Amino acid sequence: MSESILHMDNIEKHFGNVIALNGVSFDVKPGECHCLLGDNGAGKSTFIKTMSGVYRPSQGQIYMGGKPVQFGSPRDAMAAGIACVYQDLAMIPLMSVARNFFMGREPTKGKFLWKRFDTEHADEITMTEMKKMGINLRSADQAVGTLSGGERQTVAIARAVYFGAKVLILDEPTSALGVRQTSNVLATIDKVREQGVGVVFISHNVRHALAVGDRFTVLNRGQTLGTAARGEITSDELQDLMAGGQELAQLEGSLGGTI
Amino acid sequence: MSLENDSTVDERLKEESRVARLMKRPELGAVAGALLVAIFFMFTADGSMFTLSGIINILSPAAQLGILAIAAALLMIGGEFDLSIGSMVAFAGLVFGFCVVNFDLPLILAIPITLIFCAGVGAVNGQIVLRTGLPSFIVTLAFLFILRGLSLVGLKAATGGSTQLRGVRDAVEGDPLAPFFSGDAFQGFFQWAASMGWIDTFRSGLPKVPGIPVEIIWFIVLAGVATYVLLKTPAGNWIFAAGGDKTAASNSGVPVRKVKIALFMLTASCAALLAITQVLDAGSTDARRGFMKEFEAIIAAVIGGCLLTGGYGSAIGAFFGSIIFGMVVIGLTYTNIDQDWFQVFLGSMLLLAVIFNNAIRKRVTGER
Repeated sequence: MSESILHMDNIEKHFGNVIALNGVSFDVKPGECHCLLGDNGAGKSTFIKTMSGVYRPSQGQIYMGGKPVQFGSPRDAMAAGIACVYQDLAMIPLMSVARNFFMGREPTKGKFLWKRFDTEHADEITMTEMKKMGINLRSADQAVGTLSGGERQTVAIARAVYFGAKVLILDEPTSALGVRQTSNVLATIDKVREQGVGVVFISHNVRHALAVGDRFTVLNRGQTLGTAARGEITSDELQDLMAGGQELAQLEGSLGGTI
Repeated sequence: MSLENDSTVDERLKEESRVARLMKRPELGAVAGALLVAIFFMFTADGSMFTLSGIINILSPAAQLGILAIAAALLMIGGEFDLSIGSMVAFAGLVFGFCVVNFDLPLILAIPITLIFCAGVGAVNGQIVLRTGLPSFIVTLAFLFILRGLSLVGLKAATGGSTQLRGVRDAVEGDPLAPFFSGDAFQGFFQWAASMGWIDTFRSGLPKVPGIPVEIIWFIVLAGVATYVLLKTPAGNWIFAAGGDKTAASNSGVPVRKVKIALFMLTASCAALLAITQVLDAGSTDARRGFMKEFEAIIAAVIGGCLLTGGYGSAIGAFFGSIIFGMVVIGLTYTNIDQDWFQVFLGSMLLLAVIFNNAIRKRVTGER
C-alpha cells in the first residue's frame, strides 16, 4: 500500500463552546476513493472545510505527503493540491463551459498590450478534458446553464483535476442528481481515481458510497466511528453506524428496509 | 462501460444551426432593432436622413450617449449600476472648466486632472458599494444628487453666482491637444473628397460635412476596445464572472473587488471624457449637462442585450443601442411626426428589449 497524500491527525474544531469535531483522523492515498459518511450535523461540512483551508483546526495536525502543513486560506490549500468541489460548484450558468473552466486562471498568449485570453487553446483543452471524463460537448462555448446537473459536476471535477489537484474533495456530489446522472458522476470519480488522484467522497447515501468507495469512514457527532475497507462492511452496517445504531434498526423494521 | 457510449451521443440533442447560434448572441436584439428603426425611417422620413450629412447628424448624439452607454454596459455586465454618470458629466465639466479657465492650465494637465479626479469619485462609489454591501442602485442614486448639487454649488463659487462657466474656448485656443477632443477629424480628407466631387458641397465648394466629429471617433474606438477586452482578455472573463456570481467567481480566484472598482472608475472616466469633448465644443459648461443621461445610457445598454442582473451583455450591443437612440432622436426631425414622441419611443424600446432579453436568456441557459 502506498503512502497517504493527505493525513488529518486527531482534528478538533471548536466554535465557542460548541465542539464540532472531537478528534477526527482521516487519510487519503493516491488513487483511492475514501468515503466520508455521516448524517446531517455529524460534522462532515466542518471537517471538509478544515481540510480545504476554510477553517483552522483548534487541535490536531494536517500532514501533506508526510510533512506537517498549515493552511491559512482555501487558496493555500489549493496551491498544495487540495481542491474542493462544493455543492454550488462555483459555476456561472450564463458563461460558456470553456470560460467557466478557466475562470480566474485564463491561459494567455501574446505580450504586454497584446496579452490576451487564448480562447482557442481554452476551448480545445475544455473539449479534450471533458472527453476524458466521458462527456462530448456540442461545443466549448455552450453555456453551462444548458448542461445537466451531472455534467456540471463533471466540469467542476475535470477543472479541479486539470489544475493539478492531488486530493479532490467532493461535497455530496450525487445528492441532487437523478439515477442516471449519479452513475455518470460515479463513473467520473472512477476515472479520476485511475489518474492517481485521491478522492474524498462525502455523502450520506450509503449505496452511492459503496458503488465507488475503497474505504469508508463514518462520522457521528464529531467523532469517527471507525474506518473500514471495501468488502469488510455491509451496507446495513454502514447505515447503522451513520444513524448511531439502534433507532434506525427499529425504524427500518417498520419501513421494510428501504432506506 | 456502457455509460461512456451513452454520454457521447445524446439522441435528444438536436444539431444546432448557424441561425440558432446567432440567436444566442447578446447583441442580436440591438442589431435587429437598429435595422427595424432604419427601415421605419426609410419609409417615413425625408430621403436626406440617409445622406452623409444625415448620418453624421445621427451619429453625433449616438456617440455622445454611446461613450456613456458602453461604459455602463461593462459595469452592468460586471453586476453593478451607476446612476451617477449623468451628474458626473456636469461635475467633470466643472472640474475641467475650473482647471482651464480659473487656473489657466494647458489641456495636457487639465485633461488628466479631470479624468483622475472623476475616476477617484468613481472609486469612492465602488468602495461604498463593496464595503456596505448595499445595492449600487441606491449608492449611486445618492451620488446622482450629490454630484449634481456639487456642480451647482461649485459653478456658483467659480463664477461668482452664475451656473454657467464661460470662456473655455478662449482659454484653450491653439492648444495642441484640442483637436483630439473637439471639432472634426479628417477635415483634409473631406476637403479632398469634395474637390473630387465624391461628397456633397456647398456652392462655395466647401464640403457640407467638414469632417467626422471627434466624439464619433472616440465612440467607435471605445466600442472596439471594450469588445476586445470583454471577449479576448482574462479581464473580460473576470467581468462576466464577477457579474454572473460573485461568490463563485471569487472562489475560483477572480479578483472580484478589483474588477468592480475598476469598472466604477471606468464609467466615471467615460463621463469625464464626454464632459471634456462637450465643454470644448460648447466653449462653456453648465450645471444641467448630462441631465438624465444615466437613464438613457442604461436604456442603450439594455437594448444592447445587457441583463439587469449582470453577467451577460455586450459592448457592441450598447454601440447599436446608442445608434438606435441617435436615429430616433434625429430621425423624427426628418419626419412629420411630432418630436415629443421621442420619449414614448424610447420607453417602448426599453420594454421590448427587456422582454426580448429575458427570452434570450432562457434560451441560453436552457431554462424552461
